[in-house]
Amino acid sequence: MAKPFSVKRQRGFTAMAIACFAALYLPIFVLVIFAFNSASSLSHFEGVSLRWFHEAAQNKQVVDATLRSFHVASVAAVIATLVATMAALATTRTRPYPGLTFKYALLNAPLMIPEIVTAVALLIVFSQVKGWIGYTGIGYLIAAHTAFCVPFAYLPIRARLENMDLTLETAAADLYATRWNTFRYVTLPLLWPGILAGLMLSFVISLDDVVITEFVKSAGQDTLPTYMLGQLRRSITPEVNAISVVLLLFSVLVVTLFFFASKRRN
Amino acid sequence: MSQSAIRADYRRTLTRRWLLSSPALLIVLLAATGPLLVVLLYSFLKAGPYGGVLPEFSPEAWIGVVMQRGLFDDTLSIADAHLAIFWRSIRLSLETTLLTLIFGFPTAYFIATRPPNTRELWLFLITIPFWTNLLIRTFAILQIIRNDGTINTVLLKLGLIGEPIRMLYTDGAILAGMVYVYLPLMVLPLYASMEKLDFRIVEAGYDLYATPFRVLRLVIIPLVKPGIVAGCILVFIPSLGAYVTPNVLGGGKNLMIGNLIELQFGQGRNWPLGSALSISLMAVVMAALIVYVRNADKTGGHHG
Amino acid sequence: MKLSGLMVALFATTTAAHAEGVLNIYNWGDYTNPELIEKFEKTYDVKVTMTDYDSNETALAKARLGNTGFDIAVPSQSHLPIWIAEGLLLETNPGQMENGKNIAPDWADPDFDPGRKYSAPWQHGTIGIAVNTDVYKGPLDSWAIAFDPPAELQGKVNVVPEMSDIIFGAIAYNGGELCSADEEILKKAHATLVNAKQHWAAMEYGTIELMLAGDFAATIDWNGSAMRQRLENPAITYVHPKEGVATWSDNVVVLKEAQNVENAKLFQNFIMDPENAALISAFARYANGIAGSEEFMPEDMKGAPELTIAEHARANTVNMRICDPEVQDIYTRIWTDVLK
Repeated sequence: MAKPFSVKRQRGFTAMAIACFAALYLPIFVLVIFAFNSASSLSHFEGVSLRWFHEAAQNKQVVDATLRSFHVASVAAVIATLVATMAALATTRTRPYPGLTFKYALLNAPLMIPEIVTAVALLIVFSQVKGWIGYTGIGYLIAAHTAFCVPFAYLPIRARLENMDLTLETAAADLYATRWNTFRYVTLPLLWPGILAGLMLSFVISLDDVVITEFVKSAGQDTLPTYMLGQLRRSITPEVNAISVVLLLFSVLVVTLFFFASKRRN
Repeated sequence: MSQSAIRADYRRTLTRRWLLSSPALLIVLLAATGPLLVVLLYSFLKAGPYGGVLPEFSPEAWIGVVMQRGLFDDTLSIADAHLAIFWRSIRLSLETTLLTLIFGFPTAYFIATRPPNTRELWLFLITIPFWTNLLIRTFAILQIIRNDGTINTVLLKLGLIGEPIRMLYTDGAILAGMVYVYLPLMVLPLYASMEKLDFRIVEAGYDLYATPFRVLRLVIIPLVKPGIVAGCILVFIPSLGAYVTPNVLGGGKNLMIGNLIELQFGQGRNWPLGSALSISLMAVVMAALIVYVRNADKTGGHHG
Repeated sequence: MKLSGLMVALFATTTAAHAEGVLNIYNWGDYTNPELIEKFEKTYDVKVTMTDYDSNETALAKARLGNTGFDIAVPSQSHLPIWIAEGLLLETNPGQMENGKNIAPDWADPDFDPGRKYSAPWQHGTIGIAVNTDVYKGPLDSWAIAFDPPAELQGKVNVVPEMSDIIFGAIAYNGGELCSADEEILKKAHATLVNAKQHWAAMEYGTIELMLAGDFAATIDWNGSAMRQRLENPAITYVHPKEGVATWSDNVVVLKEAQNVENAKLFQNFIMDPENAALISAFARYANGIAGSEEFMPEDMKGAPELTIAEHARANTVNMRICDPEVQDIYTRIWTDVLK
C-alpha cells in the first residue's frame, strides 16, 4: 500500500535521521557496556562486574577530582546564574540604549573565542596575578569557569524574559507595589524556569570543561576531565569507562530533570 | 511629567541597567575577553630562552607566523609549516561543518515534522550527547574505531575482513570524531528555524506540481537559511580551535592550530609565537563571524 | 536569604585549602606509586596532592611563572641545571640527609647537581624502542626500526612526542652527537624524520595499552614502560639502539616557593630509604639510584634486560642534557616542520 501523501515528507530523511540517532548513541552504549567488564580489556567482554567502579572509588585521585569538579561547577554555576539574571533583566524589554549592543557582544563573547585562546590568555594573566596577590587557590579556576558559563546562563534567562510581557508587572506597579516586591512576587516566579535552565546549563558546561581547566589548574587542582585526559595519554583501563559512566549519568540526570521540570510547567 | 523629569528618569533607568549588568560584564571582561589583550601584548615581545617573555619589543613572533628562517640558514621564506597547519585546520573545520549539515539537516527536519507532543522528546534525545563530556564522547569514538575496537571486532567475527582496518590515528578518524561531537550544535539551530516553517507555503509548492526535491531546494532551504547559517557558525568556530578531539583521535602526528599553539607554550618554548598564532586564530574566527553577521542581516532584510 | 546562605557555604569550602600537614607534588603522569604516597601520608600524617605534567618544558614553564602552589617537582637531569640557575629551587641538601648515605656512588655526585645540594634521586632510565617480536623478527639493535621501519612495521610504529629525545635519536642515527649543530647532520636528521613520519601510526604518550592491544607493533619508548609491556606480553622486547642511547634521570626537588618546606624535605628523605625507593621502581619499572633497594624490588625486576644497557650500545651511551637555546630553536623548527 502506498503511503499517504504528506507535504512534510522528504525521501530518505527519516532513514538518515534514525541513522544519526543510532550513530550518536552507539559509541556511548559501547562505553557504558565496557565499564561493567570484569576483565581489563576494552575489546573483549568477559563478564559483568562492578570491579572498575570499585577501583575508581578506591582511587584517591579520582575521588578528589570528582569532589573538586562538583565544587567548582556548583560555585561557578551559582555565581554565573546570579550575575546573568541581573544582566538579563538589564538588557531585555527595553528600547535600544547606548551600550546595549556592546553588552550583548561582551556577554556572548566567551562562546565565540576558541577555548585554546582563552586558556592560553588565562594562563598568562593568572600567573601574573598570583605573583601580585600571593593567592594560589581554586578561586582562579572558579573565576575562569564562571566567565565561560555566563553566556550559557544568560541566553535561556534572556529568552524567557523576552517572552514575558510587562502586563503583570505594570499591573503590580499600578497597585503601588514597590519595585522590589514587583520583582520578588511577579517577575521572579515567572522567570524561574529560565533561571533554572541557566543554572543547569552552566553547571553541566563547567563540569565538562577540559581545555581551560588544563591550562589554569595549579597544584592539586585536577578536575575529573583533566584527570581523565591524563589517563587517556598514559594507560587506558575500563576505570576510565567507569568514571565516564558516572559523569555521564550525572549529566543525563540533570538534563532529564530539567526536561521534565520545564515540561510540567508548560 | 515635564521634559526634564522624563529625561532624568530615563537617565536613572540607564544607570540602573548598567549597574545591574556590571557584575556579569566584569567577570567576562576579567576572566575571558580582557586577557586576550595580554596575549596581544605578548605577541610583540621577545621570547625568553626557556619559555616566558623578555620585556623587549620584537616583531619576531609575527614575522614567524607567516615567514620562517631556513632551517639551516637565515634566508626568509613563507612559513609553509604554519600555513599548512592553518589550512589543515580550516579545511577540517569546513569538512566538519559540511558533514554535520548533511547529517544534521534531515535529522532536524525529521524532528521538526514529528507531532508536537513527541517533538520535544526527540529534541531532548539529540541534546543529551551534547551535555555529556566532550572527552567522554571522544573516548567513546576511540573505543569503537581502534584496531581491536567494536567495529573491527564485529567485522572480523562476521568474517567480512581478514585483519583489522586501521581507522584510529587517521585524518578520517579526526573528521568522524569532530562530526560526532559537533552534530548537536548543527541540529539545534536548524530545528529552531524549521519549527517555525509554515507548511502552507510548502503545500503551495506542491500545488504548483513541484517535486519534493524542488520543494526542498526552492522553498524549504531558503526559508530555513538563517538556521543553516547559524548552525554552520556554531560548528565551524569550535572546530577551528578544537584541541582534545584531534589530540586523542589523530595520534598527534599532524598538528592542528590548537595543538600548534599548545606546542609553542610547552615544548617549543616560544610564547610570543604562540600568542601571535592565537591572535591569528581569533582573526579567522572574526572573519567567519563577519560573514555570518552579513548573511544574517541580508536574510533578516528579506523576511523580516 | 537562602541563596546567600548557599553562597557563603560554597565559599567557606574554597578557603579551607591551606591546612597544616599538606604536601603538593608535581610529577610526571602515571609515574608515582599510590602505595608510596599512602605510606608517606600514614607515616607523617600529611595529606598529599598529586598533579601531573607530561613534559619538562611544561613543568619548567609553570615553575618559572611562579605561584604554582607546588612544593615538590621532579625535573629531568637535562633541565635540572636550568631550575637551579633560575633560582627556582630550595637548597635542601638531600645528600646530607639521614638517608642521603643510601644514594648509589654513581649517583651521589652527578654533574647536573654536584654534591646533591638540591635533588634526591627518583628514577633513571634510557630511551629506546619497544618492539613486538611476533610482528617483526629482524635484528634488534638500531634506530632504523623507528626511522626506517621494515615493511612489517610500517604504519604500526608509534613515536612518543618528546622533541629532544626524538631529535637526538635522529641525529644519532645519522652519526651525530647530542646537541649537534652540525648543518650536514641536522639536514640528514630532518630528512630522516620527514621520511620516517609516513610510516608512523601515531605520536602518543600512552604506549603501554596500545602496544598490548596491537594498535602499535613498535614504539620509541622509555625502558620502564617497555618492561611493563613485556611483563604483560613476553614478545615485546626493548631495543638499545647501537647508534646512540640517551640516559636520563628524574630527581626530586623542593621549590623555593614551597609552602610546606618541612614536609617536602621529609619526602626527599623518605624516598631515599631503600624500601621506599623499591616501591617507586616497582610501579614505574625504572631503576632508582638508591643502593640496597634491589632486595625490596619485585622478583621480576631483578636482572631485567631493560635495566642494563646492552653490550652493542654501551660505547654510544650519553647522558641527556639540554642544548643551547640557539640549537634548541633550530630543533623546534625542525620539529614543527616534521609535524606540519
